[in-house]
Amino acid sequence: MMASSYNAKEEDGHPSGASGHGGPGVVKSKKPDNTAFKQQRLPAWQPILTAGTVLPAFFVIGLIFIPIGIGLFVTSNNIKEFEIDYTGVDMDSPCYTCAKNSSWNNTTPCTCSVDFTLEQPFESNVFMYYGLSNFYQNHRRYVKSRDDSQLNGGRSALMEPSKECEPYRKTDGVPIAPCGAIANSLFNDTLELFHIDSNGSRNAVPLVKKGIAWWTDKHVKFRNPGGNNNLTLAFQGDFSKPVNWRKPVYELDPSDPENNGFINEDFIVWMRTAALPTFRKLYRIIQKKSSTTPTLPSGKYTLDITYNYPVLSFDGRKRMILSTISWMGGKNPFLGIAYITVGSICFFLGVVLLIIHYKYDTRNNSADIPN
Amino acid sequence: MTVCSFFVEKERRVKANARDYNDKFSYADNRIKTSKYNIFTFLPINLFEQFQRVANAYFLVLLILQVIPEISSLSWFTTIVPLVLVLVITAVKDATDDYFRHKSDQQVNNRQSQVLIRGSDSYWIYTQADILLLCSSEPYGLCYIETAELDGETNLKVRQALTVTSDLGSISKLMDFDGEVICEPPNNKLDKFTGTLYWRDNKYPLDNEKMLLRGCVLRNTEWCFGIVIFAGLQTKLMQNCGRTKFKRTSIDKLMNTLVLWIFAFLICMGVILAIGNTIWENWIGRNFEVFLPWDEFQSSAVFSGFLTFWSYIIILNTVVPISLYVSVEVLRLGHSFFINWDRKMYYSQMDTAAEARTTTLNEELGQVEFIFSDKTGTLTQNIMVFSKCSINGQTYGDVYDEFDQKVEITEKTACVDFSFNPLCDRRFKFYDCSLVEAIKLEDPAVQEFFRLLALCHTVMPEEKSEGHLVYQAQSPDEGALVTAARNFGFVFRARTPETVTLCEMGRAVTYQLLAILDFNNVRKRMSVIVRNPQGQIKLYSKGADTIIFERLDPSSDDLMCTTSEHLSEFAGEGLRTLALAYKDLDEDYFEVWMKKLLFASTVIENREDQLADLYEEIEQGMKLLGATAIEDKLQEGVPETIACLSLADIKIWVLTGDKLETAMNIGYSCNMLRDDMNEVFVISGHTLLEVQQQLRSAKEHILGLSRVSSAGDVEKMCAEDSVFEETIIAEYALVINGHSLAHALEPQLEPILLDLACLCKTVICCRVTPMQKAQVVELVKRHKKAVTLAIGDGANDVSMIKTAHIGVGISGQEGMQAVLASDYSFAQFRYLQRLLLVHGRWSYFRMCNFLGYFFYKNFAFTLVHFWYGFFCGFSAQTVYDQWFITLFNIVYTSLPVLAMGLFDQDVNDQNSLRYPSLYKPGQQNLLFNKRQFFLCTLQGMATSFLLFFIPYGAFSLMVKEDGSHFSDQQAFAVTIATSLVIVVSVQIGLDTHYWTAVNHFFIWGSLTVYFAILFAMQSDGIFGIFPSNFPYIGTARNCLSEKSVWLVILLTTVVCVVPGLVVSFLRVDLFPTLTDKVRHLQQSRRKQGPQEQNLRRVRRTSSRRSAYAFSHQQGYGELITSGKNMRMSTVSSARSPGRTPHSSNWIENMLKRKNEVSCVSFENVKLECMALI
Repeated sequence: MMASSYNAKEEDGHPSGASGHGGPGVVKSKKPDNTAFKQQRLPAWQPILTAGTVLPAFFVIGLIFIPIGIGLFVTSNNIKEFEIDYTGVDMDSPCYTCAKNSSWNNTTPCTCSVDFTLEQPFESNVFMYYGLSNFYQNHRRYVKSRDDSQLNGGRSALMEPSKECEPYRKTDGVPIAPCGAIANSLFNDTLELFHIDSNGSRNAVPLVKKGIAWWTDKHVKFRNPGGNNNLTLAFQGDFSKPVNWRKPVYELDPSDPENNGFINEDFIVWMRTAALPTFRKLYRIIQKKSSTTPTLPSGKYTLDITYNYPVLSFDGRKRMILSTISWMGGKNPFLGIAYITVGSICFFLGVVLLIIHYKYDTRNNSADIPN
Repeated sequence: MTVCSFFVEKERRVKANARDYNDKFSYADNRIKTSKYNIFTFLPINLFEQFQRVANAYFLVLLILQVIPEISSLSWFTTIVPLVLVLVITAVKDATDDYFRHKSDQQVNNRQSQVLIRGSDSYWIYTQADILLLCSSEPYGLCYIETAELDGETNLKVRQALTVTSDLGSISKLMDFDGEVICEPPNNKLDKFTGTLYWRDNKYPLDNEKMLLRGCVLRNTEWCFGIVIFAGLQTKLMQNCGRTKFKRTSIDKLMNTLVLWIFAFLICMGVILAIGNTIWENWIGRNFEVFLPWDEFQSSAVFSGFLTFWSYIIILNTVVPISLYVSVEVLRLGHSFFINWDRKMYYSQMDTAAEARTTTLNEELGQVEFIFSDKTGTLTQNIMVFSKCSINGQTYGDVYDEFDQKVEITEKTACVDFSFNPLCDRRFKFYDCSLVEAIKLEDPAVQEFFRLLALCHTVMPEEKSEGHLVYQAQSPDEGALVTAARNFGFVFRARTPETVTLCEMGRAVTYQLLAILDFNNVRKRMSVIVRNPQGQIKLYSKGADTIIFERLDPSSDDLMCTTSEHLSEFAGEGLRTLALAYKDLDEDYFEVWMKKLLFASTVIENREDQLADLYEEIEQGMKLLGATAIEDKLQEGVPETIACLSLADIKIWVLTGDKLETAMNIGYSCNMLRDDMNEVFVISGHTLLEVQQQLRSAKEHILGLSRVSSAGDVEKMCAEDSVFEETIIAEYALVINGHSLAHALEPQLEPILLDLACLCKTVICCRVTPMQKAQVVELVKRHKKAVTLAIGDGANDVSMIKTAHIGVGISGQEGMQAVLASDYSFAQFRYLQRLLLVHGRWSYFRMCNFLGYFFYKNFAFTLVHFWYGFFCGFSAQTVYDQWFITLFNIVYTSLPVLAMGLFDQDVNDQNSLRYPSLYKPGQQNLLFNKRQFFLCTLQGMATSFLLFFIPYGAFSLMVKEDGSHFSDQQAFAVTIATSLVIVVSVQIGLDTHYWTAVNHFFIWGSLTVYFAILFAMQSDGIFGIFPSNFPYIGTARNCLSEKSVWLVILLTTVVCVVPGLVVSFLRVDLFPTLTDKVRHLQQSRRKQGPQEQNLRRVRRTSSRRSAYAFSHQQGYGELITSGKNMRMSTVSSARSPGRTPHSSNWIENMLKRKNEVSCVSFENVKLECMALI
C-alpha cells in the first residue's frame, strides 16, 4: 500500500512534530481529528447487486404478487354491480324529452322513469351512486372556485367570500352562500328506486341519505355558521343562494337539521371534487334489513328520476350505479389484473435473469483486475 | 506608496523621505483587500449579486408570474419558500467566506507591518515590494538574494547598490537622503527595469541589477535599505501573476447546458399543453360553460392557451430544480471539508493539513488528465544530501546486513556516530560506518578526498560562536559536500582571500590559497591551487566525470575504470555525481603559470579565453581521488506517486525554471525518464527553424517506428488523435528548454509541439519563465479537452496555478504566493495521489450520482403534471397538494440525496489507491454526461408515467371500504405523492453504495417526516386555524387507512423500480466495470479479513551522471579572491594589491555571465523593507 506506508510513520511522528513548533505553552496542532466521520470511515453497509440478492428478490415479488392479484381479482369479480345510463341521448330512451328540455332555469321539474332488471340478488348493503362522464370537476378554475373558510362557517368569509369564487361570489352585491362554481353546479337530480314485485306493484326501496360523506368532511371541514340551530335565521337576508340553485342552502334538507345547510351530505359529497372527468359519487345507501332476504332481490325495478341536471350540452353522461362492496372496496378489476401481470413478469424476469446469469456470466474472480 | 490609478501612467516619480510629495500620486499601498462586504453593505450587495445569477433571477420571474391570478396555478409560497431558503444558504456561505477573507487579509496585512528593518537574526527576509537597493550590510552595497521561489534556481544571486548610495548605512544619513527616482510605470517585465536617480544634481542610471523584486529572499545579508518603487499589486511579481480567473468545473458547464436543455424541454411541454388547452377550450370548455363560465378576460380559446402556457411553466418549473445549485454547492463544501480533515494528507513535520481553498472544484479533481508540476520544492525538497562516495576504488554509503544484502535505508536505520568530532553538523546523517573507520585509520586517500572537499569550493564560513559553524554556500550541492567533509573531520573553518583554514582531525591547518580556477558551464569543473603548511603546492579539482577523466594522468586508468562503474551505479540511483582529482604542482612551474595568469587577468581583449586556456593548461595529468554522489532529495514518495498517477493515465509534465541537466536528472530519479525508454528527445534549438526541424524529426521518428508496429493507415490515424496515441507502444520522452519553448509556442509550431508532447510519456520543460509555464498549460487547455492541474510551491508557479483548471500549492514552504493563488494546498507532493485518486474520484463519483438522481427525481416528480394535463382539460391543475410541491425538494427528498452525495463510496480509499485505473472513468467523463443525463431523465419520465397511470387505472373505479366514493382529487393526490416519495426513497436506496448511519437516518427520517408532515398538515387543528390554506383536511387519514391505496402504492413502487433494477443488474452481471470488480473483491476481502499487500519499491535504472557538475553555476571564485565579500575587518589587512585591478569589474563580469546562463533572470526580493520611505 503506497499511501498507507507513510501514514504509520506520520502518526508516530506527530507528537514530536507538533511540539517542535511550540514555544511556551501548547500550540494547538492542526492535525485533523481521527474520527470515523472526518476520515470517511463510518461503518457502513455496502450492498452490491449480485445474482444472489437480485434473483431471489424477483421470485419473492412474483410469489407475493400473484396470490394477491388472484385474491383481488376474485374479490372484485364477486362484487355485484349494476349500472344504467339515464342521460337520455337516444330517441327511445325514457329521459330523452327531459334531457332535451332541461336547463337550470326550469321551474317545473321534469321526471322520467327507467325500468331495469337485476338478474342476481344483491345480498349485503347496496350502495347507490350517480356517475357523471366528461364532467371536468378537476379543471383548475373549477377546483379552486370555492371558499373553505365559508364552508367551515367562518363569519367573515361568509360575508366576504374569497375572490376565487368569481364569478359566483356575489349577486348584486350580496354574497352567495355557498359561493363558487363547484357549489353552483351541485348535482340536483333526484333518484328514487322502486322494486316491481311479482304482482306488479311498486315498492319503494328505502334509501338512506346519511353516512355517505367522509366523517372528517361532515364533522370538521363543513360547518354551518352559528351552529345548526335555526339555519334560516343564520342565512336569511344577508345571503343569496347560488344562481343555479332552486332553493337556498338552508332548505337542502329541512327535515333533518343534522343534514341541512353546509353539512348536507349530498352537498359535501359534491364538494369533494373528482380527480378525473369520469367519476361516480355515492348517492344513497340501501341497508340490509334482515339476514334472510337479500337487500335487493333479483327482479324488475324502476328508477324514478327528477331530471334537473343538464349534461347534454357538453356531451356528458349521467349514470346510476348499484354496487355491493367487499374488504377492498368496490369493484376494481384493474388492481387484480395488474398484480397478476406484474407478479408474473417478475417471476419470468427472475427465470430469464437466472438463465442469463449462468450462461453468460463473465465475472470470474479478481484475477482479471488490472493493477 | 502605491498603486496609482491614473489612466495611463507614463512614468513614476518617487522621492525619498517626502511623503507629501509621493502622496500626490496616490500610488498603490501594500495592503491587500480581497473581502467584498462589510456588515452594512452585506445584505444589499449580496442580494444584488445573487439575483444576478440566472437561476435566481429565473425563479424571481416565476414568483412574479405566480402573483398574477389569471396565470397562477400555484400559490406564491411554493416558490418563495425554496427561494428564500436558497438565498439564505447562499448568503450564509458568502458571509462565511467573506469573514475568512477578512481574516486572511488581516493576517497578510499584519505580516507586512512586521516588516523587518534589520534581519540580523534570521538570515532570510522576504521582500514584499519592488525595492531599489540603496545600501546593505555587506561591503560595496552588495546584497545576496535567492530566487528559488521564482525560478526554482537554488543558487545565490547578487545585487549591488549604486556606489553613491552604498554608504548611506545609517538612519540619520538615510533621513537626509532626498533622491528622486523617475522610472518606468509598473509592468510585468521581470528582467528589465529602467530609471534614473536624481540626487545632488547628479543623474544615475538605474537598471534591474539594483532592484530587489518582490518575492525573492535575502541571504547572507544582514540588512539593506531601499526605496520602495512598486508596491502591492504593482510589483513586477504581481503583474506577472496572470489574472485570476473564475474557475468552473466541466460538470458546471455541462450542468448549465443541461439546464438550458431542460428549459427548452419545459417550453416544449408548455407549448404542447397550451395547444392542448386551446383545443380543449374550443371543443369542450366552450360547452362546459354552464358549469364553468369563462372569465371575462378569457376572450378566446387561444388566449386561454397562452395563459395556460405560463401556468404550466410555473407548475413544471421544478424540472429545473431551484435547489440543484445550492445542493451542489453544499456537496462541494462538504467534500472540501473532507479534504481538510484528511489525516493522511496532514504533514506532521510542518503541522500542515491539506486545505481546499476553493470549494467549487472538487469533482474536477476526479477528471484530471494532465498534471503540470514544478520541480524545486515540489518534486524535490530543495535539500542536497551527501549520500555516497567512491574513494580510491572503494564505495561507501551503502549499508549491508550480515548476509551481505543491501539494506534499505529508512529513518530507523542507525546513523554513523560523529561524536568524535566536536565541530560536526548534527543534522548530517550518514549510514555507512566503514567510511568513518577508514578516516580513523588515516587512510591517505580518504584523507585527501575530504581535504579536497574542504578546500575546493567557494563556500563562506561563519562562526557565530565557538564551534558553531554556518556555511553560506552558493549552491546546496556545495554546501552538502563541505558539510560532509566537516563531519568526517576535515572542517572548513575560516577563509581570507589568501588562506583557507581547516581543522583536520582536530588540528588546525592553514592552507595558502594561491588561485581559484572557477567553475563555469563550459569548463564544468573547478579547481583550487593551495600551498599546504609543508610547502607543497597542490591543485585540487572537482567536476563532471567526463571532463575530469579526460584530464587524468595515465597512472589513474585502473582506478578510473572502477570509479566509472561506481559512478554509473550512483547515477542509476538518481544521484548527482562529481569526480574528484588532485595534482602535485612543481614550484617553478607554478611560478611561471601564475605570472601568466596575472598578466592574462589584466588584458582587456579576450581575457576570458586566455584565462580559460591557462586553466586548461594546468589542469592536466591529474590523479583521480574518487567520486561523490549527492542526492537531490526528492520529497517523500515522489517516484511512487508519479508511478501511481501514470497508472491512472494522468500525464505529468515537469515545468521548471531550472537547468536542463538538473531537470533531466530529477526526471530520472523520479522515474519519469528511464533508460529503457526508446528515445529521449531533447529540443534545444535557438531559432524557430531549428526548433521546427527538431520537433518534426522527433515526431517522424515516433511515427516511423509505429508505422512498423501498427498495420494501418497512418494518415488516417493521425487524424484520429486518441486512437493514434494508443497505438504507440514504445515509450518516448520529450525534454525542451525555455529558448526552444518560446519558439515552439508560436502559433505555427503549437500543433506539432502538442502532438509530439502527447505522443511522449514524459514531458519536461526546463528554463521556462513563469509566463511560459502558463502558456504551456494554456496550450494544453485550449487544444485538449482535458482537465489540467498545476502544482507548485513558488511565486514562479503562480501564473501556471492560476491558468490550470486546478491549481495546487505546496504549503509549508517559505513563500505563500503559490498557496495563496492555489485552489488546494498541502505540504507534500505525494498527497496529490490521495487528493486525486481518493478525494477527486469520490467527489466526481458522488457528484455524478447526485446529479443523475437529482434529475431523475425531479422529472419523476414534475412530469406527473404533464400526464394529468390530458385529463383535466389542460387547465394547469396540479396533481399534488401545494404544500407537497413546496416541500418535496427541500424537505422530503433533499437530505437522503445530500447524504448520498456526501458519504457515498463505491470503493474504499485503499482500493482507490491500489487500483489507479479506477480513476479513468472520470477522465473519460463516463459517469455523468449527456447520455447519462438522457438516461436518467428518461427513467424519471417513465417513473412519472407509471406514477400517474397506475393510480389512474385504480382510481377510475375506486370506492372506499365503507362504500363512499373515493376517486376524488385529494385522495388521488395523496396516493400519488406517497407513491412518489416511496419510489424515490427506494431508488436512492438502490443508488446508495455505502449506507452509513447517516444515510439510514436521512432516508428513514425523510419518510417519517413525510408522513408526519402529511398528517399534521391535514389535521383538524391546523385546518381550524387556517381553513383556506389547508383544504386537504382528513384526506390522509381517509386515504391511507384503505388497503387498496396501499396496494396501489406497493404496485407503483415495484413497477417503477424493477426495470431499473433489471438493467443495472444485467450491466453489473454481464459487463462489469473495474469498479464493480473491485467492489466484489472488496466485499469478499472484508469477509476474509484484512490482507497485507506488499509493494516493492520502484527500482530505478539509469546511466545518467554528473548532473551536479552540469547544473552547477558560475562560481564566486573571483568574489573570494578579491575579498569583496569578506567583512571589512577580516579583509582590510589581508588584501593583496596584486589582485585589485582584476577585481574592479568582477561584478559586471559575473552578472554578464549569469545573464548568459539564465535567459531571463528575474529576481525578486521580498524585503519587507525598509523604513526608508
